[in-house]
Amino acid sequence: MTDPYDVIVVGAGIVGAACARACAAQGLTTLVVDAAGVGGGATAAGMGHIVVMDDSPAQLALTRRSQQLWGALAAELPSKVEFEPRGTLWVAADEEEMQEVRRKQVVYSAAGVRTEVLDAHSLAAAEPQLRPGLAGALLVPSDAVLYPPAAAAYLIHQAMDLGARMLPSQRVVAAGRGQVRMEDGSSLSASRIVNACGAGAISLLPELPIRKRRGHLLITDRYPGFVHHQLVELGYLKSAHSVAGASVAFNVQPRQTGQVLIGSSREFGEEDAAINHTLLAAMLRRAQSYLPRIGALKTIRVWTGFRAATPDKLPLIGPWPDDPSLLLATGHEGLGITTSLATGELVAAEIAGVKPEIPAQPYLPARFLDGSRAASQQGLFEEAAHD
Amino acid sequence: MTQIFDTLVIGAGPAGMAAAIAAAESGQRVGVVDDNPAPGGQVWRHGTPLPNAGRRWKGQFEAAPAVRLAGWRVIDCLRLAPDGGVLRAECNTPSVPAADLHFRHLILATGARERFLPFPGWTLPNVMGVGGLDAMVRGGLPIAGKRVVVAGTGPLLLAVAAHLIKRGAQVVAICEQASLAQMAPLGLALLRQPGKLRQGAAYRWATRKTPFLTHCWPLAALAEPGADDHRDPGTQPRLRTVTLHRNERQWNVACDYLACGFHLVPNTELATLLGCQMQDGFVVTDQQMRTSTPGVWCAGEPTGIGGVDASLLEGRIAGLSAAGKSEAALSLSQRRPAIQAFTQALEHACRLNPRLRDLAAEETTVCRCEDVHMGALRERSSARDARLHTRCGMGPCQGRICGAATEFLFGWLPDPARPPIFPALVSSLMEEAAAGSPAQPEIDSR
Repeated sequence: MTDPYDVIVVGAGIVGAACARACAAQGLTTLVVDAAGVGGGATAAGMGHIVVMDDSPAQLALTRRSQQLWGALAAELPSKVEFEPRGTLWVAADEEEMQEVRRKQVVYSAAGVRTEVLDAHSLAAAEPQLRPGLAGALLVPSDAVLYPPAAAAYLIHQAMDLGARMLPSQRVVAAGRGQVRMEDGSSLSASRIVNACGAGAISLLPELPIRKRRGHLLITDRYPGFVHHQLVELGYLKSAHSVAGASVAFNVQPRQTGQVLIGSSREFGEEDAAINHTLLAAMLRRAQSYLPRIGALKTIRVWTGFRAATPDKLPLIGPWPDDPSLLLATGHEGLGITTSLATGELVAAEIAGVKPEIPAQPYLPARFLDGSRAASQQGLFEEAAHD
Repeated sequence: MTQIFDTLVIGAGPAGMAAAIAAAESGQRVGVVDDNPAPGGQVWRHGTPLPNAGRRWKGQFEAAPAVRLAGWRVIDCLRLAPDGGVLRAECNTPSVPAADLHFRHLILATGARERFLPFPGWTLPNVMGVGGLDAMVRGGLPIAGKRVVVAGTGPLLLAVAAHLIKRGAQVVAICEQASLAQMAPLGLALLRQPGKLRQGAAYRWATRKTPFLTHCWPLAALAEPGADDHRDPGTQPRLRTVTLHRNERQWNVACDYLACGFHLVPNTELATLLGCQMQDGFVVTDQQMRTSTPGVWCAGEPTGIGGVDASLLEGRIAGLSAAGKSEAALSLSQRRPAIQAFTQALEHACRLNPRLRDLAAEETTVCRCEDVHMGALRERSSARDARLHTRCGMGPCQGRICGAATEFLFGWLPDPARPPIFPALVSSLMEEAAAGSPAQPEIDSR
């Protein structure tokens, strides 16, 4: 029997959209299904920060490759995507954090990412709303911001131009063994299935080492020029508030509309979308400690979203060892918008059987199944917590 | 600031005032939050000659022992349990910090707002809501000698036209989208409501020189001919003409103002935030005006657009019930069926003609905050899909205006309310909820 599709991508968030586009570009007959429409899940909830991160060499490789792909795509993105090469400012509060700035600069340079160290004076000139007395910052000019749902829609649009199809679908209740089954009992078949459901991936594959990590964001009314770069505190590991195991960090983004997005928070163990007022308050106070006048801005909305967190902070990209038809493209935690493009590239290379641009090995789901299947997921996360 | 109440009432229109008076009479420590500087709601707006009933109720309300938070808005719910909760409110004066209002019982009397439907030119200056123009005139806008077209649907058209004429306006037409046949049940219901009938007759008498056109609606509002092309930079196009439609005929009417509103939509953001069960856009209540959320009552327009009398009755029932006087509340609620019959007849009379869906052209603005046009919305599948991909409803009005329009145009149900339910200062969300048990608030020994 010939399967009608080479690939069915379950999930039309930005990762699923990028996978579909890359698969279609490899000439694979591709179908995308998502009951929530395009970019309706974590893609809609996230900030849209294209950022190079260096928590690990593998994270650096994936974010760097993705950032290059976004850079190459930038010129053709429609204005709705609101792509702006704002650059990231990693803000250092004191001399200790300035050492981290210099360490980061060495690592980024080695990866070919141009950076610039700002001293206290240049930082104040670049972002006059920041509180006085900060030590400086690392500027990563090639980082960017965009509006994720429109970016996902563009990638889907491109995939369709390359021959992919998108079905307005029922909720998918099962995906694997070459079959995608819908809530109404109907099913579709394909040679390969890509689970790109973000934190929802575990509802289709409960044994995945993924936990939902809830985050809050706030968007203000329009204040053009209030801030100019994506601003992220460098020292949040040592100084972020801890509220019942949850954490907040200063992370603020200027939107093309003049609006300001204020983040961020992280908490495990929350399944519903309700606002945690205590955590929201802590998050905003953290932002105010860097931007003293932020309290006078008007809030339009606050919302939550769910990141798909893995124990080692790297995504799950590639074949699922228990099911040769199934590939994963999830577990991107807070980096799904950035790393969607490199994820799509890796998935398509795997399915098409071609050599990927960056080594796929660090992201293979099999890493969590090596000989220690008995280890509970909880155990994995607890180990990670002691890192 | 933290305040603790037995019964907290949101809204100081007729329903809220009646609720607060009833609860305070029953010995409850009552708080009333309203975003206007003075009580009365939209119907008994401050600073205008009021009917006797309005004067009487406002007098009673002002004499009642209640804490009044005038110029405050509830922005969020911090805690909610069957035995009480905490709402956060923000003052219109930005220098005043937000307040946490603890309550054991909560009565929602949040009123209604006008429904606007998009048609070409509806965003021109001098095109405004029916209640909107009325409020501006009451606030001092000179209207004497101005030519005004009043259009849309609902009893507000006649009432406002009468008021504008009293202020010297030249109301050239009153255009009611409903057909005469559609309005017949309302006429019958009015026969059983002598007070309302008298009032309606008085309005019609006051507007007797103005044609009252049923089954008639505006097709377009037009600026000065060619104004868009030739006007000096910096000058805005001005409304000059309204194109009206009736019985397959269309014609132009010169005017200075177009007051156009398509009846009312209830303010239910807080009710939905609190998880109250809704039906057809209204809050579901039992005979005592209790919602499905324990500890939360609702009265007035959010339970059905019934006007002042329904609001006063429901408010009083809710106030008594919240104070534990269930028998008195149930006894009063026996008067509701007659009033509900009027509410239903009104709802029927104001049902929108499906042809109003065709008024907006592809380039007609639907979402004013974000400048989203009709053409961009046709391919979207839901309010959320439209918001994510066109920004429709993402602006400072939080979808209050375009939401009612897209619900009618496309059948999109509004999304559940999210905090803050009004745009609020970032600083108002920065404070943690003050400690204190909402279940056992200190009770003032008043």
